[in-house]
Formats: sequence, structure tokens, C-alpha cells
Amino acid sequence: MKRLPWSLIVGGTITAILIFAAIVSQFWTPVDPTAINIGNRLKGPGEGGILGSDHFGRDELSMIMAGAWVSLGIAFSAIAVGGLIGTVLGVVAASERGPFEALIMRVNDVLFAFPPVLSAILLAAILGGGPVTTIVAIALFMIPVFARVTRSAALQIWARDYILAARMSGKSSARITLEHVIPNIAAQIIVQIAIQTGLGILTEAGLSFLGLGIAPPTPSWGRMLADAQTYLTIAPHLVFVPGIAICTAVLGLNLLGDGLRDLTDPRRRQST
Amino acid sequence: MSKKILEIIGLTREFGIGNSTMKAVDNVSLSLEKGQILGVVGESGSGKSTLARIVMALDKPTAGNVLFENEDIFALSASKLRRLRSNFQMIFQDPYGSLDPRHKISRIIAEPLHLEANAPRGKALRDRIGKLLEEVGLAAEDMDKYPHEFSGGQRQRVAIARALITKPKLIVADEATSALDLTVQAQILKLILEMRDTHGISVLFITHNIGVVDEICDSVAVMQSGKLVETGPVRQVLDNPRESYTKRLLSAEPTLDKIGRKKHQVSESPP
Repeated sequence: MKRLPWSLIVGGTITAILIFAAIVSQFWTPVDPTAINIGNRLKGPGEGGILGSDHFGRDELSMIMAGAWVSLGIAFSAIAVGGLIGTVLGVVAASERGPFEALIMRVNDVLFAFPPVLSAILLAAILGGGPVTTIVAIALFMIPVFARVTRSAALQIWARDYILAARMSGKSSARITLEHVIPNIAAQIIVQIAIQTGLGILTEAGLSFLGLGIAPPTPSWGRMLADAQTYLTIAPHLVFVPGIAICTAVLGLNLLGDGLRDLTDPRRRQST
Repeated sequence: MSKKILEIIGLTREFGIGNSTMKAVDNVSLSLEKGQILGVVGESGSGKSTLARIVMALDKPTAGNVLFENEDIFALSASKLRRLRSNFQMIFQDPYGSLDPRHKISRIIAEPLHLEANAPRGKALRDRIGKLLEEVGLAAEDMDKYPHEFSGGQRQRVAIARALITKPKLIVADEATSALDLTVQAQILKLILEMRDTHGISVLFITHNIGVVDEICDSVAVMQSGKLVETGPVRQVLDNPRESYTKRLLSAEPTLDKIGRKKHQVSESPP
């Protein structure tokens, strides 16, 4: 029996809690996360609600739960769009080679040169703020990440003899990519999805912190952190609660990614 | 009396390295008769594998022709070449790299049937795969397993079954036994001989091991840095090598347990 890597267990648990909290928030939160209760403002943890309340008297725990939904939703949507486009570009580059590959990879380099914050500011100027802008900005950043990972993984598969066997069977490049390449690089893509979701959450929090993300009153971890700055001396828990939530979520997804890689990469498994 | 199944005429393949070009295969001409096993022997980098890839139409030559049953395979249209492909198959060196780890044995073996318009499906296909597996010394039930459940020698048997499914006339074995240990090598060589005897398949057997050539080949071609050094019937070349390179290869021959055939041949045709 194989022993699961500890990173997979810890990361998987954190990610499961995160997803669970996000889903539950859509049906139930201790208090309505947008309900303002001025009489209950700036209460510490335990005094008003489990994790305290903010400057509008909103319940921190409820906002964290609702914020998890927003963070994960945006990160997953961005991964779905950017990851899909990047993966397709990566496998096509690997199968076509030549000038087409060079073109794809150079365009990717250009995309990669723009930090998501910069593209979000640019997009916000064109499209206006909001979740779609945030998703597009993060997705643009994900395209080159996925394109590079899938291309290099796919190139390794293309060098295998079973690809030659498939070519001798008269199969087209597209068919070989679908039947042989993608199944053999799926594990690496899944690992990337886990790690990049963590990065997506971090980026979304960063954009919201700068006021480029989700518009209020929808709760967002990044904006909670931005609002908390003002009350740093009188209500430090307002910094810690969303800060720890962001750290834990990113750490959890990274551990999950590492754990999945250990599980799927036989060379790493032997060495541990 | 027997007709030529494969004829290689003046084959040259150049690779560009920076500004210069390197001739991997340099003006090689060979022919293989029906039901014969032709060994192509030479050290690493002598152009044997490039030759194999060109014969399999996986690569295009810089110059020269490859005639399969008197048809120039590089003059054919893509669709005609495709139709011809079921007549030639290949066995690779590395039995670990030649089987897709994500596919079941049945799917791996059936892959070349993609070339055939009315290939069997369902029960008929499974019957054919089962029969083939038994023919190469595995069990019919093995078809539902994955490659990692097999040893190197068993995987090479699977690769041979895959090469046989379209009932080809020519098989190119590129270092097919080099990655296997000696006893398994002998078994696979025996299997290749059986295959030739029962199906009349011609084999282009590419190897660096001149001892293996001695065991199973009818004729032999010696290559060195892309050029053909010497060619002829196996006994003539190995017993009376004309070229110093062939002599050196022979003196460097590693030993392989006899599979019975060598001794028999020697006694029949004394040098």
C-alpha cells in the first residue's frame, strides 16, 4: 500500500475546508455578511461573533466564508479560461513545432511580461471594474504559465517511441495529442491547476486590496484587508482574520499541488 | 527466385548542424528478399536508426529511394502511403518507451488497425488480439492489463503483437533485443524467427550486436558512420570479412547463449 504524501493530506484537508466553507456560505452564514450593525462595530473575536466584527459591525466569520466563495470562484474561473487556452496552445505548439511554436511561445513571453495587476488596471480602464475584469486579468496571466508547462511536458511525450508507433498507425497529430499526449500529461496539468488556483486567490486578493477587484458590498478577502489598515491599532484582528485566511488558502492549495506531484511522479516518490 | 520486398537505392539523409551538414546515412543501397532476415549492424551513430526511420516513412531522405514491393514510398500520395503502411511495422528498442502507459494492452495492440478501413471491432477484435497474444507467448487475458504489469521481455512481446496485427510483410526491428537481458533476448529472437517462418514476414533487423546477427540473419549489411561498409550473405561476411571494420566488429563480439541455429548452420555450410 502506498503512503500518501503528508503535503497531500494537509493540503487536501485545507482545500476541502475552503471549498466546503465557500459552498456553505451560499446557503448559510452565521449572520448575513453584508448586514450592517453599527452598535456592534469593531468588536474583537468572541465579543461579537466568533471572529469579531468590522467597522460597520459586519460579522467577520460570515464575510470570510462569503469571501471564500468569491476568491475561489474567481480563481477557478480564471484557471478554467486561462488554463484551457494555455493548455491548448501548449499541446499545439508541441505537436506542430517550427515557426508556429516559436510564434506561440514568443506571444506567451509578451503576455508573461505583464503582471496581472498591470493588466487589471488596463482592463479596468477599458471594461470597467468587476469580477469579469478580474477574471480576465488573472486568466491572461495564466495562459503563458499553462502553455509553458504543457508544452514542455508534451515535448517529452512526443519523444517517446509509442508516438512513433501511433504515427506508423497513420494517426494525425491532433489524434495523437488527444489519445496519447494529453492523457500522459494530465497529472502535470492537474498539479498546475492546484498550484495556480492558490496563485489566483492571491492575485484576486491583491487586486481587491487595490480596489480593482469585486465591488463592495460583496465580501472579498483583499478588501477586508485594505479596510482593516485604518483600524490596525484599535482592531488588529481585522488584519489577522483575512490575512490568515489568504495565507492558509494559498498554502493549502500549494501543498495540495506538491502532494499531487509527489503522488503522480514516480521518481519523486522513490526519493521520499 | 524470391522477389525483393524492400529495395533501398542510394539513400542519403543529411542533418544540418549550424552551418554545416552531417550525413547520417550516406548513399546506402540495400535490398531485402521476401521471407529473409537482413541484419544491419554497426556501432552507435552509424546511421542504422535513421535508416530504419526512413524505411518506415517516418522521416524523408535527402536523396535516394525506398522501394517497397517495387513502389517508391516517397513518391506516393499521403493517402496511398497510408494504405501501404499496414504492410510494414516496427519493433522498437525500449519496451518501456514504446507502449503508452495509459493504454490497456488491447488498445495498444489494436492501434495499427487504425490504418484499416474495415478493421474488426468488438468481439472479433478481442478474439484477434487474444490469438495474437497467445501467439507471442502471453495469455489472452493479458489484454485487459496495463503495460506496467509486465516485464521488459513481456512488453517486447506485446510490441511484437502490435507489429503483427495488420499482418505486415515487412517488420523493422530497431535494436529490438538490445534492452533485454540475455535469456530474454534469446526468447525474443526465437519469436522473431518463428514469426518469419509462420507468416513469411521479412525482417530488417537493426542491431549493434554482431552476435545476434550471426544467430538469426540470412544476410548482413555493415554500416560505419553512415556508409555501407560491407554486405552479403551472413556466413560469407562473418566468416570471411573483407573489410577491416567488419573484422574489428567481429573481434569485439559479445557472446550470446546459442539458440541452436548457429551451430546447425555452421555444420551445413563450412567456410
